[in-house]
Amino acid sequence: MISQLRPALAMLGAFTLVLGIAYPLAITGIAQVAMPWQANGSLVERNGAVVGSSLIGQSFQRPEYLHPRPSATDPAYDAGASAGSNLGPSSAVLLEQVRGRARALGPEAVPSGMVTSSASGLDPHVTLDAALRQADRIAAARGIPVSDVHAAIAGATSRPAIGIPGAPLVNVLAANLALDAARR
Amino acid sequence: MAADLTFYAAFLAGLTLMGAVLGSWMAWVFTGRASLLAPVERAFYRAAGISPAGQRWTAYATAVLVFNAAGFVVLYLVLRLQGVLPINPQDFGGVEAGQAFNTAISFVTNTNWQGYGGETTLSHFSQMAGLTVQNFLSAGTGMAVAVAVVRGLAARSAADIGNFWVDLTRTILYLLLPGSIFISLLMVWQGVPQTLAAGVTATTIEGGQQFIAQGPVASQVAIKMLGTNGGGFFNVNAAHPYENPTALANLIQVYAILVIPVAFPFFFGRMVGDRRQGWAIFAAMSALFVAVLLWAYVAEAAGNPLHAGLVEPGVSMEGKETRFGLAQTVLFAVATTVASCGAVNAMHDSLMALGGMIPLFNMLLGEIIYGGVGAGFYGMVLYVVLTVFIAGLMVGRSPEWLGKKIEAREMKLAALTLLVMPLGVLVLASASILTGNATGSVQDPGPHGLTELVYAYTSGTANNGSAFAGFGANTTWHNTMIGVAMMLGRWGYIIPVLAIAGGLAAKTRAPETAGTFPTHGAAFTVLLVVTILIVGALTFLPVLALGPIAEHVSVAVGRTF
Repeated sequence: MISQLRPALAMLGAFTLVLGIAYPLAITGIAQVAMPWQANGSLVERNGAVVGSSLIGQSFQRPEYLHPRPSATDPAYDAGASAGSNLGPSSAVLLEQVRGRARALGPEAVPSGMVTSSASGLDPHVTLDAALRQADRIAAARGIPVSDVHAAIAGATSRPAIGIPGAPLVNVLAANLALDAARR
Repeated sequence: MAADLTFYAAFLAGLTLMGAVLGSWMAWVFTGRASLLAPVERAFYRAAGISPAGQRWTAYATAVLVFNAAGFVVLYLVLRLQGVLPINPQDFGGVEAGQAFNTAISFVTNTNWQGYGGETTLSHFSQMAGLTVQNFLSAGTGMAVAVAVVRGLAARSAADIGNFWVDLTRTILYLLLPGSIFISLLMVWQGVPQTLAAGVTATTIEGGQQFIAQGPVASQVAIKMLGTNGGGFFNVNAAHPYENPTALANLIQVYAILVIPVAFPFFFGRMVGDRRQGWAIFAAMSALFVAVLLWAYVAEAAGNPLHAGLVEPGVSMEGKETRFGLAQTVLFAVATTVASCGAVNAMHDSLMALGGMIPLFNMLLGEIIYGGVGAGFYGMVLYVVLTVFIAGLMVGRSPEWLGKKIEAREMKLAALTLLVMPLGVLVLASASILTGNATGSVQDPGPHGLTELVYAYTSGTANNGSAFAGFGANTTWHNTMIGVAMMLGRWGYIIPVLAIAGGLAAKTRAPETAGTFPTHGAAFTVLLVVTILIVGALTFLPVLALGPIAEHVSVAVGRTF
């Protein structure tokens, strides 16, 4: 047992240098040189100021903007402390939340994503049908034709890579930047 | 639906191909034929004073235990002292003792149960030099043990089962490190950050401030998947857009979780000189995989009947991310729990009752459907020993596997490991209830609360690390008891299985006769699957009935809690 102690400590020390220091620093170096935009968080700037990350959702509450999904972080869309609600399917709390959010949107049934919180609380996307349902409200608030809103949404829509199934996604921040840009 | 099923079929075909290729590479590496990095290997051995000669199983097991113990002590100290250690841009203080104990055990045992919220608790130094290192080394330990077990099965009248330090070093140098470098860069390409900065503060369009935590994420995500560790950089793990930014990144991560576990049966087939032996085990694993995947898919596709009328029919998106879609959300949840990964891209706590039962079920079987790196295969070896024994009883002959007699010693040891899961899950979870430590920690009342508790102890014992995360596990009782469960679930398998390997290595290989029950082919595969289901599933049917099944029935009749 004691005879194994020296190899154990020596191997641990050597591997800590290689795997804990050299490996992450080397990847950091390569990433910062070869793919600096992604390596630094895919940040989005407007007029030279960082307005967010294209990968991280942010809160939008005004009627003239496309709204993201509900978020379970406190406050909503806290990108310093990600969280889901973790409420189970039989939860009465969850049912009340879903009912309240759905009623606030109108009498008819809505896509599930619009009234449920995401796993991370930072979901940057809504589905295309969830976005299009908001088009009338956005157009009215901005006093622009609905077709302009549709164009902004279409420009922010993407699909999964080839061969991967999934619905079209709208990046909420990108759509809202496009809406603001169209105004000017 | 059809597109999703086609996607699953293509995924499995790709996985099989990758596993077969990697299995060949592993046979090349672990028989010492890969020599590209031989000078590096020698430098390691010289520096550590290691003789690369073969070890008896007792010496091999001692090396594993001493190495894991040293890793635990060092990681514990790193976490406790992170306040005075470098690369701590957010100035986090030392981790509290109970949580540091739990986290250190968790990473050394390849569990990676997250008792902490990564971005709110740990410095970059702790993530890199502490957690990332153990991500590699705990994975390497599991793989080395499985390699030694395969060597024992393949050997004839041998005294040793290889050298732990050599197996560990080769695992890191030829598999885990190159694989992680490749996957890290793919992840950065897809959008995973890799920086030493703490994060940035954005001024949002509506004028608010948003602090966005960042860090050296990609390098850790790569090994947490490839090594089936699962400990996330962020609190919500692979559901966080920075850990798993796109549908393609998600697919790469699922492949990374399963590729090494899938390679093991192919590696085994090559090492014992009969590839059909490997295919038979792979087929049993795959049959179970397809079954649990489809079950979970159907359960999730149905949606939540309680929300009918409020939301359109279809999947409940509570705790799910839009970018993954149904197919990849379910695929990830299944992959992460058949393997001992435990990373999550959706909150398992919010899955449908029967959908969330599948991850639990996968772990309760002992994670042998592909399983964790190394751990899945040696877990399966124990079921094979059991199956061979039962088959021997049925046909009235002395049980043999690969020409080696399975005798009382092997059976006793294999039977001992069957007690690990019930002990860790049923006994410790019951103890939590009886000592009054359960009700304060569960988030949801009713049957779902029981599932939260059982899931926590199952995840710990199975060294998985995923959670029904509404469960408040950060108490002295649960930090300690789940720590005990993790140790039990790790070394409670490793020591007996190494003992079996050592014993089998010493046996000669009897020639096959007309009376030998063949351990390749469909009959054996079916028998193996049935044995797994009878032993693994029946032990836990009562608790599943009280938890997820009771919840499913309640929801179906409109009852909430």
